[in-house]
Amino acid sequence: MLPEISRSIVKNSLVLALFAAVTVAIVAITQQSTESRIIEAERAAQIRALGEILPAHSYDNALLDNVIYLNEPLLGHRADTPAYLATLAGQPAAVILQANAPDGYSGTISLLIGIMADGTLSGVRAIHHKETPGLGDRIELAKSPWIKSFDGKSINNPNQRGWAVKKDQGDFDQFAGATITPRAVVTAVHKALQYFDQHHAELFAQLNTAQVKP
Amino acid sequence: MSTSFREITINGLWKNNPGLVQLLGLCPLLGTSNSTVNALGLGIATALVLICSNAAVSLIRNTVTNAVRLPVFVMIIAALTTCIELLMQAFTYELFQILGIFIPLITTNCIILGRAEAFAAKNSMLSASYDGLMMGIGFSLVLVAIGATRELLGTGMLFTNMHLLFGSMAEHWQIVVFENYKGFLLAILPPGAFLVLGLLIALKNWIDQLYAQHTANTVTVNAPAVSRRVRVTGVVD
Repeated sequence: MLPEISRSIVKNSLVLALFAAVTVAIVAITQQSTESRIIEAERAAQIRALGEILPAHSYDNALLDNVIYLNEPLLGHRADTPAYLATLAGQPAAVILQANAPDGYSGTISLLIGIMADGTLSGVRAIHHKETPGLGDRIELAKSPWIKSFDGKSINNPNQRGWAVKKDQGDFDQFAGATITPRAVVTAVHKALQYFDQHHAELFAQLNTAQVKP
Repeated sequence: MSTSFREITINGLWKNNPGLVQLLGLCPLLGTSNSTVNALGLGIATALVLICSNAAVSLIRNTVTNAVRLPVFVMIIAALTTCIELLMQAFTYELFQILGIFIPLITTNCIILGRAEAFAAKNSMLSASYDGLMMGIGFSLVLVAIGATRELLGTGMLFTNMHLLFGSMAEHWQIVVFENYKGFLLAILPPGAFLVLGLLIALKNWIDQLYAQHTANTVTVNAPAVSRRVRVTGVVD
């Protein structure tokens, strides 16, 4: 009796081990053969997202190779967050900051904010949020052109008072049924402009260190 | 035990449809059916896993003992799902990002283990693969029907963002059915999935009933009025 049980245990363990090895091998082969393709796809998606924010002719460097990392409370960062430096013929052209609005209706809203060297906004995109579908999600360009109302604005245009939604006597529209979401986005963009206003010199000073990297 | 291909087709697409009759895999069915492109993307991924896992399970059905059968099936299914996930990440990156957690969740989709147990473990590789294909198509059809209905009711449009799946040639497939549509939020939100699925099941039962009446009138056969839920787990012996 006993030897029979132990024989079946051994046999079954071997079968299991064999299948574990085979399945791991299959996954490993697939992973190996798709790895470069996946990195490429990720990069392409990132380049597309960044390219939407800056006009194509305004910079001529590879944004993904000119990354600096910021951990800045004014931008709502809680960890090192990438920012991208754009140059045209070697001169500072623009910066793309990633900022978090912590006070969205349901959690943090992550934004990509493109600011030209002269301090005007070239574009803003919501890259991650959990706002209500149909109400707060109109901060996505796919749902509504609202996010484009930031284009061309700067820290003094509109003035301090104007950097708020209309309900708070500001210049920016809110959505019917959703005020908290646009309020959070407007505040976060305004803070990003304040940050840029105070720090643009040191941001672009890091251009050289960022460029050294291959 | 062998089942004819005709029977497998009818079972997968209608009589024992995984979405409408077996009601298996409801989590992805409800979670990703808020637009046609999401529904079709997950449907195709599930069908691919289903075909491959049925074929693999059928291939090894005589070499694996009952004691370790289930862990082996689960390992095969998990490996196949991971491969599909990697391939989607490589070739349809944006869709992969939208479907997110639902792709790895294919592993836990009961349809796949259900078909492995109930069908593939007892049938030849050819009919098992065909069963996987038919069950996959049946599941995808239901998924796409719910996705299209919810998209239409929720946004007034159809086939938005199909380029995520079919590349740039599908850029202009979007159809605006209702101009200046205000949107019907309930259809897009999770309750809409339950409501549409319920209506679809009702529709299927109604058609079955009509068909049964029709055949009862012409031939005096006592067909069941509604389709019964077919047992999907194998008999343990």
